[in-house]
Amino acid sequence: MENNSASGYWKATLGLLTKILIIWFVVSFGAGILFAPALNSISLGGYPLGFWFAHQGAIYIFIALIFYYAKKMGDIDRQFDVHEE
Amino acid sequence: MDLQTVTYLVVGASFALYIGIAIWARAGSTSEFYAAGGSVHPVTNGMATAADWMSAASFISMAGLIANMGYGGGLFLMGWTGGYVLLAMLLAPYLRKFGKFTVPQFIGDRFYSKTASTVAVVCLLTASLTYIIGQMTGVGVAFSRFLGVSSETGIYIGQAIVFLYAVFGGMKGITYTQVAQYIVLIAAYLVPAFFISLQLTGNPLPQLGLGSNMVGTDTSLLAKLDLIVKDLGFDQYTTSIPGSTLNMFMYTLSLMIGTAGLPHVIMRFFTVPTVKDARSSAGWALVFIALLYTTAPAVGAMAKLNLHGTVNSAVGLESNAEGKLVVNPATVKANADLYATESSLQYEQRPEWMKRWEKTGLLKFEDKNGDGRIQYYNDKTKSADAKAKAEAAGWKGNELTVNADIMVMANPEIALLPNWVIALVAAGGLAAALSTAAGLLMAISSAVSHDLVKNVFVPNISDKNELLVGKISMAVAIVISGWLGLNPPGFAAGTVALAFGIAASSLFPAIMMGIFSKKMNKEGAIAGMLAGLFVTLFYVFAHKGIFFVKGTDFVDLIGGPNSFFGITPEAFGAVGAMVNFIVAIVVDKVTKEPPEHIQHMVESVRIPRGSKLVDGAH
Repeated sequence: MENNSASGYWKATLGLLTKILIIWFVVSFGAGILFAPALNSISLGGYPLGFWFAHQGAIYIFIALIFYYAKKMGDIDRQFDVHEE
Repeated sequence: MDLQTVTYLVVGASFALYIGIAIWARAGSTSEFYAAGGSVHPVTNGMATAADWMSAASFISMAGLIANMGYGGGLFLMGWTGGYVLLAMLLAPYLRKFGKFTVPQFIGDRFYSKTASTVAVVCLLTASLTYIIGQMTGVGVAFSRFLGVSSETGIYIGQAIVFLYAVFGGMKGITYTQVAQYIVLIAAYLVPAFFISLQLTGNPLPQLGLGSNMVGTDTSLLAKLDLIVKDLGFDQYTTSIPGSTLNMFMYTLSLMIGTAGLPHVIMRFFTVPTVKDARSSAGWALVFIALLYTTAPAVGAMAKLNLHGTVNSAVGLESNAEGKLVVNPATVKANADLYATESSLQYEQRPEWMKRWEKTGLLKFEDKNGDGRIQYYNDKTKSADAKAKAEAAGWKGNELTVNADIMVMANPEIALLPNWVIALVAAGGLAAALSTAAGLLMAISSAVSHDLVKNVFVPNISDKNELLVGKISMAVAIVISGWLGLNPPGFAAGTVALAFGIAASSLFPAIMMGIFSKKMNKEGAIAGMLAGLFVTLFYVFAHKGIFFVKGTDFVDLIGGPNSFFGITPEAFGAVGAMVNFIVAIVVDKVTKEPPEHIQHMVESVRIPRGSKLVDGAH
């Protein structure tokens, strides 16, 4: 029983990590590098969009991702009852 | 008051503050000494991590490199922030749960082998030493300008100060000192950026100013910059990339993985009370880092525009009645001729800041066509248009060389800002270099004294002697790095990038597999670390010389520079990391699996419950 809960917890954790890592990859390596030339034809204020992602946008999204992760992990901890007292 | 006096006052006051805090927050026990007793609030810890993390490379060098590289400079911005996502999710909470002081300790225990921990020490020392070389280059720049001496003398003075700082103050209350250093360095970075953004775009927020129009015109700042640099034969600012897209990809990846694998950063997450705090602490660190990192692209682009505007009046900048560099909307709108004779600045009329920086040898003028004016353009351009224009104007080659590392330090002077702002930037540069050097020396001394001498050679060493060994290793590290810093393998940020490559290829994969693969055994981890470190060092040394000693490079042996798919040595860490993973997995498959109790240990590391204070016991 305890074993099941431990593997369930780890599975939930890995699921969350995968989701976040996909976004992490898409905003930096995707929008900031691979698709930057295409996105540059769109402008955000005076910024070409691809340039904006590489020089500004990716960083803002990284911050949001970490806090989202911290919050969701807290939920998962409580759900599987492994949180710190 | 003249600039020199103001600078001494501001720098002196900031040093007095650090020393005061160091005395106030003395460490009482070994646990406080290495991990601040595990009692630091996540926000405080985040701020200290940010100061520890943002080095001379971030503060002094990065915006200058972005100014030179344009869009491609984004690899530093994304690479050095994106790594925190990996750190927060893949390493920090688990290493905090594990509850020991150092990275080699984790690797030694998880892979049940002193050999593994010794290999980790070697990886740690290689990465940290390379990192300090970059700091020394930056310290040299800061002191040379601050004291008006050559950059070599600047490095000698910097060595002496870092030594005193690390041995006396550095060990005690390092976290709280770093909080103060963060405040000084971020103020020093933001204040001039606000002023410059306001002068150029009317918007004081640099993050928005960079995307705004120039004051009094409807031309966006980036579009104007693109136009000017292209006309002068440089690569277009918003699209230029270093080498190929593949190289930029690998370079970014290498910096990200390296960030997560750098021991002096990982150590910070041992200082928070709980696993939960370790997760959010990485987020707070990134918030404080992002304040500087989202400002840097504006600083880089605006410094570049100001520099061009200073030496060429056709750019559309002029100094106003109060002596500030401001936009002249009419010239900007007219797109005046950059190649007109009277557009180039007369050398005799150059501003004071150029004279000051000429003394350091980091800014040079050479009148190639003997007309007494400064022509600043790309004489190696591939653009036929720019070539023809330069020839028609009688330009005989680029006459101004500006070391990229001086851009941030000179930035407020270029924009003709008040003296106190210039002095503040000097204090900020020194805070950045000192706080990081202290953190790195801390990692080096604990690795040598705790993980190498105590764990492997002299298990019954006394606490006092362990500390002595730590201090001696700090001194040796300072001397070696200062010596190599005199002949640096590149700009401060480039050298630091090499350190990240080394950490990425050796430590990160071993730690990650230690947590995420229960079955990874010691043979696999050791073989992986050695293979990753070896291929990366081989490629780096081929380009930069064996242990960065000039003249020992062997790049022809590997088929010329960047022969591996056009990947530069700074970007090679990502390849090294892949080699590490692959070798480790293959070796793991053919050797026997780790003992039962190790697999249980991995299971317990994965859940937060039962975390306790960190301790140093082996």
